[in-house]
Amino acid sequence: MISYAECSARERLALLLDAGSFHEWLPPAERLTSPHLAQLGVPSAFDDGVAIGRALLDGQAVFVAAQEGAFMGGGVGEVHGAKLVGLLRRALRDRPAAVLLLAESGGVRLHEANAGLIAVSEVMRAVLDVRAAGVPVVVLIGGANGCFGGMGIVARCADQVVMSDVGRLAMSGPEVIEASHGVDEYDARDRALVWRTSGGKHRWLTGDCDALVEDDVAAFRAAAIAALGAARPVTLQALEDEHALLAERLAAVPEAQWNDGVHDDATRLWERLGVADAQRVPALDVAALLALHSHGGR
Amino acid sequence: MSDIPAGLETLDFSYAGGRAAGAFAPVLVGVVGSGNLEVMLESTPNDDCSVRVQTSARGFAPIWQAVMDDFHTRHGLAGLRVSINDMGATPAVVSLRLDQAVAELPNGAQP
Repeated sequence: MISYAECSARERLALLLDAGSFHEWLPPAERLTSPHLAQLGVPSAFDDGVAIGRALLDGQAVFVAAQEGAFMGGGVGEVHGAKLVGLLRRALRDRPAAVLLLAESGGVRLHEANAGLIAVSEVMRAVLDVRAAGVPVVVLIGGANGCFGGMGIVARCADQVVMSDVGRLAMSGPEVIEASHGVDEYDARDRALVWRTSGGKHRWLTGDCDALVEDDVAAFRAAAIAALGAARPVTLQALEDEHALLAERLAAVPEAQWNDGVHDDATRLWERLGVADAQRVPALDVAALLALHSHGGR
Repeated sequence: MSDIPAGLETLDFSYAGGRAAGAFAPVLVGVVGSGNLEVMLESTPNDDCSVRVQTSARGFAPIWQAVMDDFHTRHGLAGLRVSINDMGATPAVVSLRLDQAVAELPNGAQP
């Protein structure tokens, strides 16, 4: 068993895809680096923190991108975002069996401000275009930096989301919530709280992710293979169903019942979603949680 | 206040002599993170070893010179272009990354 969380982006590509099949586009030797970072005295990375290319997964042709969380927290800058968009647009032309996004990102790279914001919005549009063309987009989340900000939105624009229990998925990160709402509302140093409200188990229980796996590269590979061909068409009906689900969930735990002193918000929600022994969830490993709860799905 | 201006520092080194590294696909090791660096090795038709360092830690040129001299003494490779993006790695980490990169060359195991 090899920890997915501890691998670099390139190690994940080498281990997740069929051996030796990854062919990189715009590799490091092309030196397509950020036009912004050097002006700020920040060193660039030769790949701007993301590797893109084509590969085989279980013998099927796929396109794949992997973000490097150790470089600027996986932040999406202008070039980084353009590489993601280029990969997705090429998928419209070449129609691979799937596009895999190995996401690990805090969102927009703040050093590149507006260019990064525009880049992320272009990635979202490109993901939806690829989905509309019937090519499934699969997002894998299991890096130590999680998947936050604009990349959190990108993940929820995809057909399928695969997470490990150490993975995290949310819009605002813990420190951002604490800074804007106060430490009484959300203590970013409370790791149990952070994982209860953004971790893989929570996302799986609420249907925000489709497959929950162990922190193991082989488990991510198996889940990615299972997601091949699992396109989820974007239809008006699907959107209306999603809205109905969200309204139902909001009604399940009225605001007056948040933090009633007996259960925290997350445990209360799991309980209302029909999870037996909801207070045990944080202590369960992945296999035990999968056995405990049959997934409602989206 | 330091009289060293803010911003990146670019350092270039060149070494003559050494055995030819031969043709190989570019090698990349390491990640540009705090206290870390990335090292890329590329094959060149030249008979020297050229090194370019971009670092956020300014004012350490003599240390880089010593670390790269040491690298050349250990491996003595020619026909090689070494490119480094550094975010304040210590000399020991730099030397380990250089050795890691050489180990990934097709004939990296040779002395």
